[in-house]
Amino acid sequence: MDANSYIHISNMDLLIALLFIAISGAISHWQKLELERDMAVGTIRAFAQLLAVGFVLQQLFDAARWYWVVLALAIMTTVAAHNGVRRQTGAKQGLFTVMMAAIATGASITLILVIGVVLRVRPWYMPQYVIPIAGMILGNCMNGAALVVNRLHSELTLRRNQVEAALALGAPAKQAASEAMRESLRAAMMPTINSMMTVGLVHLPGMMTGQMISGTSPLDAVRYQIVVMLMIAAATAVTAMTAAFGALGVFFTPFHQLSPRLELGEAWDAYTHDKSKH
Amino acid sequence: MDSMTCVPAIELNRVSMTKPVLLGNSLTELDIIRDVSFSVPEGEILALIGPSGSGKSTLMRMINRMEDPTSGQILLFGSDISGLDVRELRRRVGMVSQTPALLPGKVSDNIVYGPSLRGEPCNPEEYLELVGLEPELVSRPASSLSVGQQQRMCIARALANRPNILLLDEPTSALDRTAARNIIELICNLNRQLGLTVIIVTHVMEHAQAIATRVAMLVGGVLIEEGAAADFFEGPKTQIGHRFLKGELTEDGR
Repeated sequence: MDANSYIHISNMDLLIALLFIAISGAISHWQKLELERDMAVGTIRAFAQLLAVGFVLQQLFDAARWYWVVLALAIMTTVAAHNGVRRQTGAKQGLFTVMMAAIATGASITLILVIGVVLRVRPWYMPQYVIPIAGMILGNCMNGAALVVNRLHSELTLRRNQVEAALALGAPAKQAASEAMRESLRAAMMPTINSMMTVGLVHLPGMMTGQMISGTSPLDAVRYQIVVMLMIAAATAVTAMTAAFGALGVFFTPFHQLSPRLELGEAWDAYTHDKSKH
Repeated sequence: MDSMTCVPAIELNRVSMTKPVLLGNSLTELDIIRDVSFSVPEGEILALIGPSGSGKSTLMRMINRMEDPTSGQILLFGSDISGLDVRELRRRVGMVSQTPALLPGKVSDNIVYGPSLRGEPCNPEEYLELVGLEPELVSRPASSLSVGQQQRMCIARALANRPNILLLDEPTSALDRTAARNIIELICNLNRQLGLTVIIVTHVMEHAQAIATRVAMLVGGVLIEEGAAADFFEGPKTQIGHRFLKGELTEDGR
């Protein structure tokens, strides 16, 4: 089969697809879910955001310049880090740097290996490969980093007495937090491992299905998917590890003390903000 | 006690501490400790007393730098603790908390924790005997001990670091009367046997009277009384001290 033989979606087809939202809208109306407004906004946003991204990516693909690709990767990483911080329940001060460093480390190591060693993309910045693969890696790195930091925060709060007992005996912060670290890292890695267990049986990953629709043979598509799953596992592990160590530097003071921010929660942000102004 | 040394084991020099506290949805700076100065000579037992919320625990936590003062100095045998390596400071100043805080693993894992951080050998049975626990407990999971035994184990764990000073934050509040009295006796013996300087926060005045050689009383973060225990229990210098001993003092010290 020709690689370009997939069915294109015309503007008319897009409008017809709006019928789907009419179906969910009707259900919402009928069952008095009062979701019609959100659905309308969601539909408009989905249209606008995806069309805009499609446009930008098209430019990027056509230009095929390394600096545009690097800029896109930088923006994607920043958005991922920002999102990772937004998902934290406690104080957020200082965590952006941690997220950014962790996601950049985990993602770049894996991306370089996949692009340079496994796929051997030439030239290395071919957007067709780099952008989708980086997108998948960054999405998983973001989840891993957000999960590990959130969990570390709650583990340290929960195990406060134990952690302080270890500190009081002269343990460095890293060692006093070792149980909490282990639990948090496990929690961050589990989703990736679980998805490796069920992939192909319960769900068909988006990338694989996308490739098949655009004409790639299933046997080729699964090879890509295997590489993708393994690289995601590696990226998540490196990111979670880096984020956990970075977060230790935020949750403890340099003098091996638990930071007061752990018990003070979100109010800490406004407080440190006010303090830095004076 | 060494009569040659006149440098106190612990000296607080105009120590104040302000910290943010959650009031409603925002943080407000509160004065937890206000300009407190006193000293504890080596080998003495100081009872730190006062109504709850008066800053006793915070004051204690500043001595091993779990928290830091906003101003003022704390001296350990004459040297400012902020200049010492914090982990070495915590080896020298042991701490036992209100409820036994167990580290994961067996009793022996708990006791050797401190020494093994520095790669030093440690015989856990020796410390179990020191606190009056049977050496056979050494291989039991720490969580299988009774609360009283756990608290003794926590004291043994602190002692395994060979500290100069032991901080005890209401060490008997989770125990029944008999277990509590036994712990108080143990502390007294350790002080005599090892020449250990002890600071103990307690709400039980019988305990304070039974073991303390000195007393410091805090109300609302301010040092109200400080001196020899015998003098204090015979007749406090202040009106507030009198009312506290009679159990008339409410939380905010009025």
